[in-house]
Amino acid sequence: MSAASEIPAAVPNPTGMEPKRRRGGLNAEHGRWSVYLIGPTIALLAIVIGYPVVSAVVQSFQLDQGLDKATGLFVQGGFAGLTNYVHWLGQRCGETTCPPGSLGAQFWVSMGNTFLFTVVTVALETAIGVWMAIIMNREFRGRALVRAAILVPWAIPTAVTAKLWYFIFDANGVLNHVLGQQILWTSGEWASRWAVIIADTWKTTPFMALLILAGLQLIPDEVYEAAKMDGASTMQRFWNITLPLVKPALMVAVLFRVLDALRMYDLPAILTGGGGGSGSATTTLSILVVDQIRQGFNSASALSTITFLVIFVVAFVFVRFLGANVVQTQAAQQKGELK
Amino acid sequence: MTIAADRPVSVPAERAGARADVRVQRHTGQKLRTAIQAVVIAVWCLLPFYWMVVTSFRDVGFTFDATPWPTHVTLDNYATAFSTALGNHLGRALLNSLLIGGVVTVIALLVGTSAAYALARLEFRGKSLIAGAILAASMFPGVALISPLFQLFTDIGWMGTYQALILPSISFVLPLTVYTLASFFREMPWDLEEAARIDGCTRVQAFRRIILPLAAPAVFTTAILAFISSWNEYLISSQLSSDATQPVTVAIASFAGSQPHQEPYTAVMAAGTIVTIPLVVLVLVFQRRIVAGLTAGGVKG
Repeated sequence: MSAASEIPAAVPNPTGMEPKRRRGGLNAEHGRWSVYLIGPTIALLAIVIGYPVVSAVVQSFQLDQGLDKATGLFVQGGFAGLTNYVHWLGQRCGETTCPPGSLGAQFWVSMGNTFLFTVVTVALETAIGVWMAIIMNREFRGRALVRAAILVPWAIPTAVTAKLWYFIFDANGVLNHVLGQQILWTSGEWASRWAVIIADTWKTTPFMALLILAGLQLIPDEVYEAAKMDGASTMQRFWNITLPLVKPALMVAVLFRVLDALRMYDLPAILTGGGGGSGSATTTLSILVVDQIRQGFNSASALSTITFLVIFVVAFVFVRFLGANVVQTQAAQQKGELK
Repeated sequence: MTIAADRPVSVPAERAGARADVRVQRHTGQKLRTAIQAVVIAVWCLLPFYWMVVTSFRDVGFTFDATPWPTHVTLDNYATAFSTALGNHLGRALLNSLLIGGVVTVIALLVGTSAAYALARLEFRGKSLIAGAILAASMFPGVALISPLFQLFTDIGWMGTYQALILPSISFVLPLTVYTLASFFREMPWDLEEAARIDGCTRVQAFRRIILPLAAPAVFTTAILAFISSWNEYLISSQLSSDATQPVTVAIASFAGSQPHQEPYTAVMAAGTIVTIPLVVLVLVFQRRIVAGLTAGGVKG
């Protein structure tokens, strides 16, 4: 991009001087305009995200109104300190440990389920996504058709996906028919977990494949030609060329998917109702928050704050230690995609 | 990279010929394998969708018929899907989703376009911080908003209103809009604007005649992505909507049959088909641009 094109439409440059010489002034101009241009977005996001998050944190330190189960007395609310957090993390319901089956007792199960779903679905989606992307990156007749087909699972709303797989997973449904089995996909402990994993993998792998494909398209053919010339086998080319070069795009795709999977709600909520096994085999943190809302906002706020912090920490680890450079990779991909 | 560089460059003539033969064979073999794998991918992606459509046209008495092609074809399920006799309101839910998605998309574009322009075209301090914050906002867990909003909207009597569904949707549609548009804007040939000015256009003319037509496809693609992500929202709507304002995702998830413990599968599949077909058509028609937008924004719908 030429230097002149950096000048915004609203800033006249009548002198035609080298922008470099007046960088300070230009940046000041840009700064002023950027406030007007970005201000509304920031203000709106502050209202729809900032305000709820802050009030959730404030709420999480308040006691829930209602009957104290331990003492039988009505609790008015008021400052709770860390009670709500201890309730979830320490499994304390009042003076005692939370009884089995109560929402409080489901916390660690839900945490486990959330991470189980995240790790397994993202691993599957990455492996299958890389494979799909490699195939779609090859030249073959009908490639446009396959690329269109791959958008179909992505376009279907998750709520519809859940209902669709609920039908497929029915005890009398087509999957059991094809397998010749009588698996209780939506109520068995591990069967219901696999049901969620399979449906999520079907729905989301195409998205993953598209992100990886965008990364693959940045690898110049000459690199492969040279490797072929030197006698590198298909597997060698994959491990030594494709994987290292596609890694930045892959890391970003994995980051997006991990953050998305950690907040998973729609699919298990509709497909299994969070149930299965003894009743909470597919309960994720998000489902637990929603279940808790009607039993007390403030405990729910503490739980949603915990969920938010978990996601934040995971994102931080990805960006900081695993080198997922979102902004740079996206810019590079965009250039490749539109060429 | 570990590519052996010490291979002999010259190859005896007969060996080179044999190698070329092998290469041709391997080439056709590889082509065939690629084609087979491509078919597997397409079938895997389309089969469940196909099953939904086939079932939606199947007589309710043959719900679990496993014949792979359409049998006992009927349109009854579509009538059932739209019927309000059992307390389902698919028709109204479609209008609700259109309204909510439309308003959210328009607001996000009105507010977000200028922000995207600034992120793509201006240099200012804290730019990468703001870009990062907007990207982070799009990854924000909706569940962290739900309990304070639930209490707030209960207090001010907004539960079940349209604004209670529109405002929270902005929280994920606006960041998506800004991020996707900024990526598109970054790639636009802004030099043309300068060139038009040199050729005698005024700044307004240059913007209207050169930039606006070029930006229109980007804005349009972003609008589609924004609308789809709003259309697909479930978590917040399922908690904050009422029977009168519920969007299609909630209507489908809670679709009731005549028997309380018997899922009305064929009608639900019909409803699912109705909700999905417009999106699938949209996506197939604008496939190229949507893929470009998706990989630019990198946000799941």
